[in-house]
Amino acid sequence: MADHSSAVAEHNPNLRHHFDTMEQQFDSATLGMWVFLLTEIMFFGGMFCAYMIYRNMYPAAFASTSKHMEPFWGATNTLVLIVSSLTMALAVRAARLGQQKALQILLLLTIFFGLCFLGVKGVEYHQHWVDKNVPLIAGHWDYSNSEEFPNQAQYAKQAQILFCFYFFMTGFHALHMVVGVALMLTIFFMARRGKFNASYFTPVEISGLYWHFVDIVWIFLFPLLYLIGRTKEMM
Amino acid sequence: MHSAPSVRTLVLVWLTLTIMTIVTFEVSKIEMGEWNIVVALLIAFFKMMLVILIFMNVRSESPLTKLFVGAGFFWMVLLLGQVAIDYISRSWMPEGKMW
Repeated sequence: MADHSSAVAEHNPNLRHHFDTMEQQFDSATLGMWVFLLTEIMFFGGMFCAYMIYRNMYPAAFASTSKHMEPFWGATNTLVLIVSSLTMALAVRAARLGQQKALQILLLLTIFFGLCFLGVKGVEYHQHWVDKNVPLIAGHWDYSNSEEFPNQAQYAKQAQILFCFYFFMTGFHALHMVVGVALMLTIFFMARRGKFNASYFTPVEISGLYWHFVDIVWIFLFPLLYLIGRTKEMM
Repeated sequence: MHSAPSVRTLVLVWLTLTIMTIVTFEVSKIEMGEWNIVVALLIAFFKMMLVILIFMNVRSESPLTKLFVGAGFFWMVLLLGQVAIDYISRSWMPEGKMW
């Protein structure tokens, strides 16, 4: 830190020299984070758009793939992510108020729920692996008729595309969760070293924005991948 | 800096999100034809707005940040809307029906 001139009576050590006030610095950081999140919206938006088209192109095949999804796990994971968003929002609040102990506990809870989500996702992926619903991997794709799901063989090729969507969309989402957990660990250790106080908590705030964004992506993935076509009977 | 939402508000939002998740889970069991997707997406949209406005606290951000968030929405509407219009108007959908 450079020598502070006495002209600035109360210079916050966390205020970078190119900002006038802490308020301005905070607003700039938040805006910058939102610009990043906009690129993320474009990233996931492209996949959602392609999904929309293929879903309309092969509705019957898609209805058949819905039978292989387990809405219970999807709903469980939605609830887990929503709780993690609550602990994240409470963590940001604690940081704002300078409550260091609460901040650290809430960050650990957020990490815990994030890991729970990934665990459930792992259980689901394992089930798809066992059920031979993994396209593009030799020996793990078999969409022939079964007693449980008759007449599905006719959709084998189209279903392959749709399972690709499933794995790419949930896979990229899970990757964002892994990054989120790493981010929260970083913030946690920063908090433990006493980096934050009531006048400076920007990293907590913008990491929180990222965490909530990943939650929002799942809020849309859940109905689109698990719930639609639940009532459809096999043709 | 901007005001933080109270613990009460945050917990209420969490409760609403949880209830909406259970509602969308149960409603999806009812056969409503094409309305299933509409209802599911409306509930998802409502949940997203709660997360953005309260959890992400966009409600009390600067107007410039709000403008950027709005731009994100606008971009998604352009992407999904224009592509859908193209496919529908050219009859590129072999089975003809939306959802």
